[in-house]
Amino acid sequence: MSDEQRKKEIDEVTGVETTGHEWDGLKELNNPAPRWWLWVFYICIIWSIGYWVVYPSWPTLSGNTAGRFGWSSAQKLKEEQAKIADRQKVYLDRFEKASFDEIMNDEELYAFAMAGGAAAFKDNCATCHGSGGSGAKGYPNLNDDDWLWGGSIEDIYQTIMYGIRSGHDEERVSAMPAFGKDELLTRDEIAAVTNYVMSLSGEAEDEAGLGQGRTIFQDNCASCHGENGQGGRDFGAPNLSDDIWLYGGDRETIYETVYNARAGVMPTWEARLDNNTIRQLAVYVHQLGGGEEETVNVEQQQPDAGTDGVDTNAEPVEQPVDAIPGAADVIDAVNDSIQETQE
Amino acid sequence: MTSEVTHTNPNYNYDVVRLFTLATIFWGVVGFAAGVFIALQMAFPELNIEPYLNFGRLRPVHTSAVIFAFGGNALFATSYYVVQRTCHARLWGGNLPLFTFFGYQLVIVMAALGYVLGVTQGKEYAEPEWYVDLWLTIVWVAYLAVYMGTLITRKEKHIYVANWFYLSFIITVAVLHLGNNISIPVDLLGAKSYSAPAGVQSAMIQWWYGHNAVGFFLTAGFLGMMYYFIPKRAERPVYSYRLSILHFWSLIFIYIWAGPHHLHYTALPDWAQTLGMTFSIILWMPSWGGMINGMMTLSGAWNKLREDPVIRFMIIGVAFYGMSTFEGPLMSIKAVNSLSHYTDWTIGHVHSGALGWVGFITFGALYYLVPKLWGREEVYSLKLVNLHLWVATLGIVLYIAAMWVSGIMQGLMWRSYDEMGFLQYSFVESVMAMHPFYVIRALGGVLYLSGALIMVYNFWRTIRGDARVN
Ligand code: HEC
Ligand code: HEC
Ligand code: HEM
Ligand code: HEM
Repeated sequence: MSDEQRKKEIDEVTGVETTGHEWDGLKELNNPAPRWWLWVFYICIIWSIGYWVVYPSWPTLSGNTAGRFGWSSAQKLKEEQAKIADRQKVYLDRFEKASFDEIMNDEELYAFAMAGGAAAFKDNCATCHGSGGSGAKGYPNLNDDDWLWGGSIEDIYQTIMYGIRSGHDEERVSAMPAFGKDELLTRDEIAAVTNYVMSLSGEAEDEAGLGQGRTIFQDNCASCHGENGQGGRDFGAPNLSDDIWLYGGDRETIYETVYNARAGVMPTWEARLDNNTIRQLAVYVHQLGGGEEETVNVEQQQPDAGTDGVDTNAEPVEQPVDAIPGAADVIDAVNDSIQETQE
Repeated sequence: MTSEVTHTNPNYNYDVVRLFTLATIFWGVVGFAAGVFIALQMAFPELNIEPYLNFGRLRPVHTSAVIFAFGGNALFATSYYVVQRTCHARLWGGNLPLFTFFGYQLVIVMAALGYVLGVTQGKEYAEPEWYVDLWLTIVWVAYLAVYMGTLITRKEKHIYVANWFYLSFIITVAVLHLGNNISIPVDLLGAKSYSAPAGVQSAMIQWWYGHNAVGFFLTAGFLGMMYYFIPKRAERPVYSYRLSILHFWSLIFIYIWAGPHHLHYTALPDWAQTLGMTFSIILWMPSWGGMINGMMTLSGAWNKLREDPVIRFMIIGVAFYGMSTFEGPLMSIKAVNSLSHYTDWTIGHVHSGALGWVGFITFGALYYLVPKLWGREEVYSLKLVNLHLWVATLGIVLYIAAMWVSGIMQGLMWRSYDEMGFLQYSFVESVMAMHPFYVIRALGGVLYLSGALIMVYNFWRTIRGDARVN
């Protein structure tokens, strides 16, 4: 089978000469490489050489060739960021100087704050507070007017800026004692006060022992939650007399809350978001549904009978994320899993 | 060398080829099934079974199973077959080929077991830890020895083009494997090791490896397959000897430089990104040289495309090769990459190459090979081959079309700002928008897997020796 014995032959079908080799019955035609193929190959090479001249390319002993125009990706990034910054700048200069009052009364600034707040909220807050701020167990609903720490724009601004139990020097902080774990109350006492707490929102089925529960509550809880359990914003202590619950209003959950305490953490955003963004967020959260005109004192708050059912009957607030179907479900699922890992 | 090899009738070693062929079919089904499962996990996250069968652990099981187990065994099987036939010599090394078979299966099992248990180096396509890497090195050196030994003892004066490609694949993969796995084990009884290079150097070496794994494992090796099985099945000479030389050398020289296109707009210096991009553009024609030679081999016999579903498999495979090697250079252009990078577009590109090219050329070769190896005239049913072809093609079309749409949508959502200069969408919104496309992709995967199961049935009947239908 050696090459020498074999003659170049002409392929019958195409009339093209073969190379004269054969392996396991396989032969090769001696066609030239297609012209267009070669040309496109050359053009790609020439184009690349041109590109090397224009852009930084080959390494040299002292670095690399810089290209004709000193292009760099870092510079390009700066330019593109500047383009976006310019779009914001139109509003930002005025926004920066305006007070919250002025922002709320200026259509353009208000729209700017809402757009910026919505964008920042989806990326930073929705993981915990849910799309549109509807909340989840342990993460307050920001759509209602039931505020732990206050619902004026200034209050909200402070909460976002410094966080809650975040470790920041200016954090909002208070610590409900772990009455069971730290043996401040016996299990029976906790059961009794749990029953009493449920009665505040009309949920207690068990009328017996309410007196004992009330006494325990007045001695241990009222300092924060208020005499009638209407809540205390100085301590971020929730209103226990309505049926809006941060952790849950069923017997077991309340018992667990009192036994172990919770101490939810809301991070500080001071180092992560710039002041303008935080101001935009404050405006955005404020308008989500429950914004208050100004800081409300605890005393002004009327303990209501607790059957208003704000939460369940609340009008669904428009949720920006709902532009895409299923959005809320996904975020809820994320929230669920966060919760699970926390439990 | 066994002495009973004679010039006219060498005693070919088909036993080991049969073993590798069966392994190819087996791992193919496993790998496709894993692909379908992770595709479903992306559509329905509830399917994550913690911790062993979650997405993070199963993804490398999929990629390793399809590339190294399915693709690798296919390359072993066909290279051992082709090198014997075209050298007219029995496989060199006595039982060494058999050692490569068992050794390689052990690599696969050790790697997959490691992933499921959470053992990984965290380098894509090079996930196995140091102990598997060492073992693979031994197996690969044996492979090289068998292959070189057979080439050296060949009875033909020249080396057939398919063997150039197989040999370049074996040698380059050895170099890549050694280069990318330099690491220091924490202790000799533990699985954990740390990579010797760090930071951007480590990233560059990883993608030098990653890209050339594509270039030499998924491209050069399979081009070797193409150069034997297409002319053989079509019973036509290879279209152009000169083109094969030109595109072989240009391909292997240029591929080596293109890795940085995986690291556009990262900490990698601009100059390296420029080189990676331009060499990817230059790579276009060398890649297409293979496509031209494969397709044009049918010149004068185009009717075969209509008559023979096996040829059709291989030619559609070559067409997908052409498509993905056009798309690749396009995606390596920085402006395009700034849209496609990190998105499903990349996943679509991968699978047009993987399902279309790697998969189809392999199916074609298997349909040729199995009857030959088991002494049958032809596969049990050519009708079923045709069915496999169309079911799988439909699967690919669903897969890549879904990924194109989803990828471009994703890229556009990430970069869109409103007129006030705020990002219009959050990341999670882009994830939610992809859901329907994930479902379509999974459906495409189910079709592709079904096609493979049809093939398994066909081969089972063929190997059993059942009377042929049609
Ligand atoms: C890691 C989870 C987490 C993230 C992220 C988070 N929060 Fe909070 N947030 C909380 C928790 C927990 C509380 C309630 C703390 C407590 O128990 O007092 C809270 C409370 C609040 C409150 C006070 C509600 C009230 O009733 O007084 C506001 C306002 C608020 N968050 C806004 C935001 C905004 C705006 C963002 C995004 C910049 C954000 N949060 C991000 C967890 C989070
Ligand atoms: C030092 C102030 C303080 C005292 C004293 C206190 N709490 Fe609290 N309580 C809080 C704060 C703050 C929260 C909510 C935030 C958190 O911990 O995440 C809270 C939350 C709760 C909740 C959860 C409400 C919900 O919406 O899920 C219940 C129930 C509760 N307290 C009951 C009690 C009872 C009963 C007592 C007395 C035995 C008590 N607390 C004493 C501060 C206090
Ligand atoms: C039934 C067929 C298949 C299905 C359903 C499938 C599905 C998937 C999925 C869901 C992913 C993960 C994508 C992501 O992380 O976003 C993936 C990745 C991958 N698959 Fe497949 N696959 C299939 C077949 C194949 C085949 C045959 C090959 C190769 C020969 C292959 C090679 C790869 C590679 C290399 C990746 C990683 C891509 C990257 O990181 O960019 N797949 N596949
Ligand atoms: C000329 C040929 C080719 C070029 C220039 C090329 C170029 C590219 C580019 C630019 C990317 C995207 C990198 C990123 O943005 O992250 C990519 C990804 C990829 N390509 Fe290609 N491609 C080519 C051919 C192929 C072929 C034929 C296959 C498969 C058989 C393939 C498999 C892959 C894989 C697996 C990835 C994903 C890598 C990862 O991120 O995990 N490519 N390719």
